[in-house]
Amino acid sequence: MTTNLFNKVWDQHTVGTLPSGQTQLFIGLHLIHEVTSPQAFEMLRERKLKVMYPERTFATVDHIVPTDNQARPFADGLAEQMMSAIEVNCDEFGITLFDLKDDRQGIVHIVGPEEGLTQPGLTIACGDSHTSTHGAFGAIAFGIGTSQVAYVLATQTLAMNKPQVRRIEVTGKLASGVYAKDVILYIIRQLGVKGGIGYAYEYAGEVFDRMNMEERMTVCNMSIEGGARCGYVNPDETTIEYLRGRPQVPQGDEFDKAADEWRALASGPDATFDDEVRFSADQIEPTVTWGINPAQSVGISENIPPVDEFPADEQTGVKEALEYMSLEAGKPIRGQKIDVAFIGSCTNGRISDLREAARIAEGNKVASGVKAIVVPGSQKILKQAESEGLHEIFQAAGFEWRAAGCSMCLAMNPDKLQGREVSASSSNRNFKGRQGSPTGRTLLMSPAMVTAAAIEGAVTDVREMLSPVSV
Amino acid sequence: MTQITQITGTGIPLLLDDIDTDRIIPARFLRCVSFDGIGEHAFEDDRQQDKSHPFNQPQYHEGSILVTGRNFGCGSSREHAPQSLMRWGVKAIIGESFAEIFFGNCTSLGVPCVTAERPALEALASLIKSDPPLEINVDLQAKEVRYADTVVPVDIAASAHEALVSGQWDFLSQLLENKDAIRKTASQLSYMQS
Repeated sequence: MTTNLFNKVWDQHTVGTLPSGQTQLFIGLHLIHEVTSPQAFEMLRERKLKVMYPERTFATVDHIVPTDNQARPFADGLAEQMMSAIEVNCDEFGITLFDLKDDRQGIVHIVGPEEGLTQPGLTIACGDSHTSTHGAFGAIAFGIGTSQVAYVLATQTLAMNKPQVRRIEVTGKLASGVYAKDVILYIIRQLGVKGGIGYAYEYAGEVFDRMNMEERMTVCNMSIEGGARCGYVNPDETTIEYLRGRPQVPQGDEFDKAADEWRALASGPDATFDDEVRFSADQIEPTVTWGINPAQSVGISENIPPVDEFPADEQTGVKEALEYMSLEAGKPIRGQKIDVAFIGSCTNGRISDLREAARIAEGNKVASGVKAIVVPGSQKILKQAESEGLHEIFQAAGFEWRAAGCSMCLAMNPDKLQGREVSASSSNRNFKGRQGSPTGRTLLMSPAMVTAAAIEGAVTDVREMLSPVSV
Repeated sequence: MTQITQITGTGIPLLLDDIDTDRIIPARFLRCVSFDGIGEHAFEDDRQQDKSHPFNQPQYHEGSILVTGRNFGCGSSREHAPQSLMRWGVKAIIGESFAEIFFGNCTSLGVPCVTAERPALEALASLIKSDPPLEINVDLQAKEVRYADTVVPVDIAASAHEALVSGQWDFLSQLLENKDAIRKTASQLSYMQS
């Protein structure tokens, strides 16, 4: 019997036990952005504290950044104020900031891995719930609130309760047209939006072994949507080859030495877990949400289940969701008309997402009346996509090609739904009002499915666009 | 810091499940560099769309004890959510369960989140509706909620309980006390050597 990766990393980072019984946990990498950090720096000023390890915190700007006109000052005075605040704070406290003039700028959960800051065996914290993304590298990564951002700045530690670890194995092989996004939406549907409370999720098995790092990031990103604050995949050769040569990893022999340590962190075949569940890849098809939380989803060939098929204590919520979405139980989600198509976000704004979307968009046209936008997750992804000509494919098809940022995932910037618009979105949350209109409606799906919906003007099955239907 | 052992006040009945932090405080109100003034926007969009929302009802305006359902505070880690509830006047939350990040944020603000069984929550919410001035006592020390002649056992994570009742919920001071131990742990991590 050996211990799993989570417990190894936790133990290495344990400073001690606090009077409350919580663990004081050392944080190896702290990422900050403009929305959840200003009040934390203010706390430091009030208490006359310094940043204990300024070289272990990196800042970027993403949530409020406009993706069309980025000229300063921003048209939105409040956004400009937040932008100025992070510039002043990083300067005063000695923290590296990837600002708009820096080609390392982008969504915080995209630039960490891209720069090689995110590494196996680290503890990572950020004032953002999608910090779970970084677990794709075999790191323990979790979202925190603003007070906790101040704690990490001042002490490089947090007061934490140790979660239990649930191993989620997915066996088999994903069919063509079924993506990492479908896998995580399927898992959340099976385990529920609160199923992960008190757990870290270890994603294991053939399906995750076969995934590239970007796909693993998509899966880990949405752990929090299943209630798990943290989700991870064990580091392997895919992880190591992704990191080799990146700016912030050790170079040369030092890298090989680090890689050996990373391999040794992985949960062994006899590692123990507090809970284990297993799913089969052949049960997963392209998945679309119909409701107002990410567990309310169906496979594209299914109908929205009748209300009475849900447990009694969920039926009120299901009715509320159907009413808000103006959808009917028993009907398919396929064919649902859309007004907006959004490709981007920390879940699905990486180069492989854009390549797959472009492959489907190529030679097609966005349906009339649909507003379709593609927002690369970082400046480097934008540049890479342009060097491959992806932007031209998107533009020729009628998509708008934007600058890097969080954009319409959470609509703290000018990209927002209007009124009751329905959005096919590659983002992570279908909450009421999430995409900027208090009555707007979001259907979550993979970037490939969003592209297909943009072309069709309605939710459709992307598999039929990838290859001719054989009967 | 203040020991938080007893909270007495009137209730706000909001017995819904999976209330996410985008609903508690919509993202546009996160465009700020201070939490001042954020209280008035708690549940802004829900209130706009539903005139009967409890945060719209004058009989609950003085309420300080929020009664809610399962998985309250799920989604975004934004501390703006508990900050807005606290500044609205919420001093304690009784629910069936809480999302973890939200729970931690509340604890660090000195707002206890305690859990109770669903039937007890339903009974309490319904009594608040029929009798809004009903006085409710959250006895954190005894892990009980008391109102009229009813006593409801409630639960809370041991660490949060200990921190709140002992007045040690200012975690920053505690963490700062161990700087030598922090440096020692850091010195043993291989990635801290380079």
